[in-house]
Amino acid sequence: MSGLLRFEDVACWRGGRLLFEGLSLTLQPGEALWVRGPNGVGKSSLLRLAAGLLAPAAGAVQAAPAALADDALALDRELPLEAALGFWAGLDARSEGLPDAMAAVGLQHLNAVPVRMLSTGQLRRARLARVVASRAPLWLLDEPLNGLDEAGAEQLEAVLDRHRQDGRAVLAASHAPLPGTGWRTLELAG
Amino acid sequence: MIGAVIGREVRRALGGAAWLPPVFFLLVATVVPFAVGPDERLLERIGAGALWVAALTAALLPIERLVEPDRADGVLDQLSLRGMRAEEIALAKIVGHWLTFGPLLLLASLLGAALLGLDGQALGRTLLTVAVGTPALAALAVAVASLTAGLRGSAALGGLLLLPLAVPLLIFGASAAGSGEPGALKLEAAVALFILLGAPFVSGAALRALRS
Repeated sequence: MSGLLRFEDVACWRGGRLLFEGLSLTLQPGEALWVRGPNGVGKSSLLRLAAGLLAPAAGAVQAAPAALADDALALDRELPLEAALGFWAGLDARSEGLPDAMAAVGLQHLNAVPVRMLSTGQLRRARLARVVASRAPLWLLDEPLNGLDEAGAEQLEAVLDRHRQDGRAVLAASHAPLPGTGWRTLELAG
Repeated sequence: MIGAVIGREVRRALGGAAWLPPVFFLLVATVVPFAVGPDERLLERIGAGALWVAALTAALLPIERLVEPDRADGVLDQLSLRGMRAEEIALAKIVGHWLTFGPLLLLASLLGAALLGLDGQALGRTLLTVAVGTPALAALAVAVASLTAGLRGSAALGGLLLLPLAVPLLIFGASAAGSGEPGALKLEAAVALFILLGAPFVSGAALRALRS
């Protein structure tokens, strides 16, 4: 496989409705792709296809190991933040990189705070920290700017820059323009 | 990876929910003498069966929390993303659930048998059949929880699904506990093994269907 993500003539069919068809794209190391389009056009489904969580109705999807940050939190509410993220970092065999990842998104001072006590923006950063800690070659971000403040957006830009300089790629779905430069755009039309 | 997921199940259960089934079990065992009267001989005769009915209903309680919260919170997605097969997730959930459900229910059976005045031999037989039955009850609970996750009224539906499936277990388990028939115990073990082997695949298929 050339590239970190490859869609060939992919169609996506959900809930009895055709969301898109004939979609082809490739993502090379260091590239960033911004998926945009109106609500319900299939941006999140496209990310789930790339993650292998959905099977395409037609065509083929090939993807490098991916990390996904979407609306679902997937952190145990009763645990301190570091332990909750540590569960996933442990599965990724990346526990040693977790403190750096938390610092990169400005969460280092919240280690011991239970997840249920955190604010919306802090939880958004926590999702991001899990992706950063995974060091997966392909990042899939669904509306990464939702709930982030200005400082958060700057930190997002910094981690994305570092990620791409390391020769890895990112696919992000977002309404708002994403921070940083060099985004290719993919417009999904209804 | 599977070990970490089992560990998470046990940790979360011990945090609270795992204590509900044994407490409920004891409650049912306590109510039986009030319903049928305190006649010692009658209680001894129906004691094993009553405890089995209590165990079966106690097994229904955890269904709601076994799969649905993890589906809604995206935990299942994140596990799949890390290459864990749906059957492996199901197996981890079954083992994790049994590790808390089984021993605690066994402990409750010991107390329940004392409450109903079962003597030494009947007590031993009841504990043995409950011990053989709990892995199958845990496996059924996870399979039914996977099948009903995300549906409205999933708790009631789960009960309707689980109880008929557990009837063979109840028949052989209660009869082995009551009469000490060795054939009944073997049949109970066979049914338990069958359920235990099938459940991860049923549950795995259901978990895969949840993704789309």
